[in-house]
This record gives sequence, C-alpha cells and structure tokens, in this order.
Amino acid sequence: MHPIVTSIAIAGPEVILTLGSLAALMLGTFSAPGRALAATSLFAIAILAVAGFALLDGPAGTALAFDGLYVADDFSAFLKVIIFTATAASVVLAQPWLNESRTGRFEYPVLMLLSALGMAVMVSANDLLSLYIGLELTALPSYVLAAFHRADNRSAEAGLKYFVLGALASGILLYGVTLVYGFAGSTQFDIIAGIVSGQTERSLGLLFGIVFIIAGMAFKVSAVPFHMWTPDVYEGAPTPVAAFFSAAPKAAALGLMARVLVVAFPGNVAADWQQIIIFIAIASMVLGAVAAVAQTNIKRLLAYSSIANIGFALVGLTPGSPAGVSALLFYTTVYVAMTLGSFLVVLQLRRPDGETVEQMADLAGLSKTQPKLAAALAIFMFSLAGIPPLLGFWPKFAVFQAAIAAGLVPLAIIGFIASVVAAFYYLRLIKIMYFDEPAVALASEGSAANGTMIAAAALFCSPIGMLAMSPLAAATARAAAALFPA
Amino acid sequence: MIGLTHYLAVSAALFVMGVFGIFLNRRNIIIILMALELILLSVNINLVAFSAFLHQVHGQIFAMFVLTVAAGEAAIGLAILVIYFRNRGTVAVDQADVMKG
Repeated sequence: MHPIVTSIAIAGPEVILTLGSLAALMLGTFSAPGRALAATSLFAIAILAVAGFALLDGPAGTALAFDGLYVADDFSAFLKVIIFTATAASVVLAQPWLNESRTGRFEYPVLMLLSALGMAVMVSANDLLSLYIGLELTALPSYVLAAFHRADNRSAEAGLKYFVLGALASGILLYGVTLVYGFAGSTQFDIIAGIVSGQTERSLGLLFGIVFIIAGMAFKVSAVPFHMWTPDVYEGAPTPVAAFFSAAPKAAALGLMARVLVVAFPGNVAADWQQIIIFIAIASMVLGAVAAVAQTNIKRLLAYSSIANIGFALVGLTPGSPAGVSALLFYTTVYVAMTLGSFLVVLQLRRPDGETVEQMADLAGLSKTQPKLAAALAIFMFSLAGIPPLLGFWPKFAVFQAAIAAGLVPLAIIGFIASVVAAFYYLRLIKIMYFDEPAVALASEGSAANGTMIAAAALFCSPIGMLAMSPLAAATARAAAALFPA
Repeated sequence: MIGLTHYLAVSAALFVMGVFGIFLNRRNIIIILMALELILLSVNINLVAFSAFLHQVHGQIFAMFVLTVAAGEAAIGLAILVIYFRNRGTVAVDQADVMKG
C-alpha cells in the first residue's frame, strides 16, 4: 500500500474529525435557521463518537504516520478519549445557553469540533511542526469561542485579551522551536532525542529553545508565570465556553508537554527542564491557592482553582518517570470530571431575574433552595480540595508519591501545604451554601441532559468513583509506558 | 561575508522588538497586532537561515506553514478587534479594563 494510505488509516480519528467538521459547517449552512443549531450539535456529537470508535479500532502499539510527523500510541489514545468526551460534554452543556441567548448560532459546535481536532493533533504530535499546527488549530477556534457572545462587552474583551496573549505565547513557543531545530538539526522528537543525548557538552542555544518552548506551553496550560489571562478570560467568556477551556484544552496541553519533554529531551537535558517544571509547579500551586482566597466571582475562583490544579498535575511531570506521567494522566482525568461538574452546576443555576450566577454570595443557602445541586457542588469542592474519601484525593496522592519516589521531597511538602491553603476557599464555598441564609431563591434551569451529566460527574468524584480506579490505573500505566521505550 | 550569526542577530532583534512592542505599547491594539506579525517574521528568518545552514529543506517548509497560520491568526485577530470596536468605540489599550487583571 502507498504510505499515504497507511498514514491516513493510522490518523483515522483526525481524518474523521476534519471531514466531519467541514460537513457540520455545510449542514448548519443549509438547514432551516430554526433547526441549524440542534442539527449541527447532534452531528458534532456523533462525529466525536465515531472518532472515538475509530480510536478504539486503531492500530495496537505505536504506529508512526506521515513520515514521522504523527504518532498513534496508547498515550495519545488515552488522552484522545478524554478530549473527545470532554468536548462532547461541552457541546451538550452549552445547549440551554445557546437556545436562550440570541447568539444561538450553529458555528458553536463546529468551532468545538475544529478545536478538538487541534487537540487530537497536539497529543499525537511527534514533530515540532505538528506540535505547532496542533496548538494553533486548538487556539484559533478558542479565541473565537471566547468572543462568541459578541454583543457583550466583557466577552469581546475576553476574546481580545485571549487572542493577544495567546498569539504572543505561540510566537514565543515558535521562536523556541526554531532554536531547537537549528541547534539539534531536526524537528522530529525521537531524532532530536538521539542527537541531544549524543552531545557531550550542553548547547546554550538548545537550552534557550527548551525554555522558550516550555514558556509557550505553560501559557496554554495556564501555569504561573503565564497565567494572567486565565481569570479574565474565564470571567469574560460565556460560562459554557469557560467550562470548555478548563477541561479539554488543558488535558491536551498537559499531554503535549509530557510528550515533548519526555520523548524529545531525555537523559542529561532532563535535569535542565526538570528545574523549570519544578518552579512552574510550585508557583502555580502557591499562587492558585493564595490568590483564590480573595475572589468573590465564582468563575474567577474556578480559574484560580484550575491554575492550582495544573500545578499539582505538573508535579507528576517533574520526575520524568513512568510513574510520574501515569500520575499526571490520572490527575488530568479526575480534574476534567471535577471542573466540568463544577461549571455544570454553575450553569444550571439561574437567578430570579434569569441571569446566570456569577457571584459567590448568590450561592448562599443553596442547600435549602436546591439541595441536589448543592450536594453535587459540595462533592466537587471536597474533591477539588482533596479530602480523602473522595476521588480527588487519590490523584494528588499519586503525584506526590511519584515526586517523593524521585527524591523531590521539598516539592511534595510545598504541594501539600498549598493544597491545605486551597482547601480553605473550597470549604468556604461549602460553608456559604450550607450555613448562610438564602439571599436569592435560585432556580434550577432544568436541562435533563445537564442534570444527568452532573449526576454522573458527582458519582465519579464521590467515593463510589474509587471502583473506577483500578481500570483507570491500568490504563494510565499503559499510556505512560508508551512514552518510555524499553 | 554574512553568516548564520548575522541572521540570528537580526531575528533576535526583531523578536525582542515584537515582544516589547506588545508590552510597552500603551496606545493602540492595532500596533499589538503588528508586533505579533514582527515576532512571526523573526521566527521565519530563523527557520530559513537554519535551513540554509543545515542544508535541509525542513526549515523552509516549516516557514511556509508559519506564514499560512500567521495569515489565519491575523484574520481572527482583526475580526475580534472589529467586534471589540463595535462594543466600545475605541481600540485604545488602556481602555481594555472592564475586568481587572
């Protein structure tokens, strides 16, 4: 068979997403205006499901395609399952909002599909070129999504800020890419690894390149010191879009970061990037915990919470070991469920004047007006805080265990202290919901699909979710092993 | 004789100008978009210079991709700028402060 045919077969999920998103655009354009949104949304979910099944049907083991630009292995397959699930959930959870706001345009699911395609390329990138294309393909629809509520002042400003800072981060990353290309002489990860580990003396240009690449990717995962955009964009962007930003792109960018650093820069260069990742992880955990204490807007609170969680996840990357990457994947999975669940509860609530809930004070006495949603949000908050019987505790435990096994005891101690500080604001939200007098009677907006997703996420984060831990652990271990050739 | 270092120096200078153009510019968002283009152009100079130096074609192909993506990025940036201008009636940088931070 011609190599291009085998390559297309290996990259099946991406090909399906590409053709599917173009078809969804056509479907939206040519269907009746009233039905366009529902039709494209259903179609987008179907496409994501088909891409997911193509993934399960994919080649076993590691397969390279397009002359080494693209790799399909257990690592990319694991992350793609998370990405497709989170994207499909983001399409579903936006439906009530899209229907009631006058911005109910069918482009929304199409942009999500394109962004999911970019994320899939990101986690399958085996070359600096596909890394860059994947990042941009994820980012460009995201800028549009942030500004999707275009008549709204804050949404436009969020889109603008996200665009300017995102494009700057891409530029910085790209500059690093050129330096790595020039000083290593290749753009393909495994070839770079071979050249780098063969070098006896450390090249300064290469080191600069790695620093620039890490800076660009730290922006995409919103790690300190490149986090400034996160609170503003989460606050300004429509809530369903903020929910999307906090889940799937974070998982994809973490996966990309793990693959680039572990596969392309192993051996003696690893010590260099480990120092940077340790700094980024500590700074994210501490700033995410401390800055969130002063927040009154619930979306900003969740933004700082995601910064802190990225810090914890990056602790798993610091040892550069299979156990660490496996813990990172475990953390990402649980984090995606927790953050989507929290945003779903916020989306589900409506003030009496029909507005969405933004202020934490609005949640006062939620346990009396909406006991079920309050219980679900309490589970997510306890889980994010890492209180033991809930599922959120175990990934934290796993990343710290991996760090301690690699001798990074101070890092684990700082992380532990940061998680105690962070517990303060999660528990304060629970106190507001359960012990304060109701201020306004919040209505449940009542979309059955969103209610089901909240229930499923809450069940997963509750102690019952521990039943899923052993299959999950087996899957993450297999995925992480794909990055470390024996 | 102009060697690799000269190209790298020009590219580094352009890159730094682009970054400073974003952070020191307090007037106009369009200038920020121009500074972003400057960064991408510095990257392209780097890629083409390395490509010639290494006698490989990879860098030039990469530069083609960067040019394409830069066009898409500029289109989306200007589109967002237009909806921002419609809402606010200004493109001044220090007016973009509805949200703190």
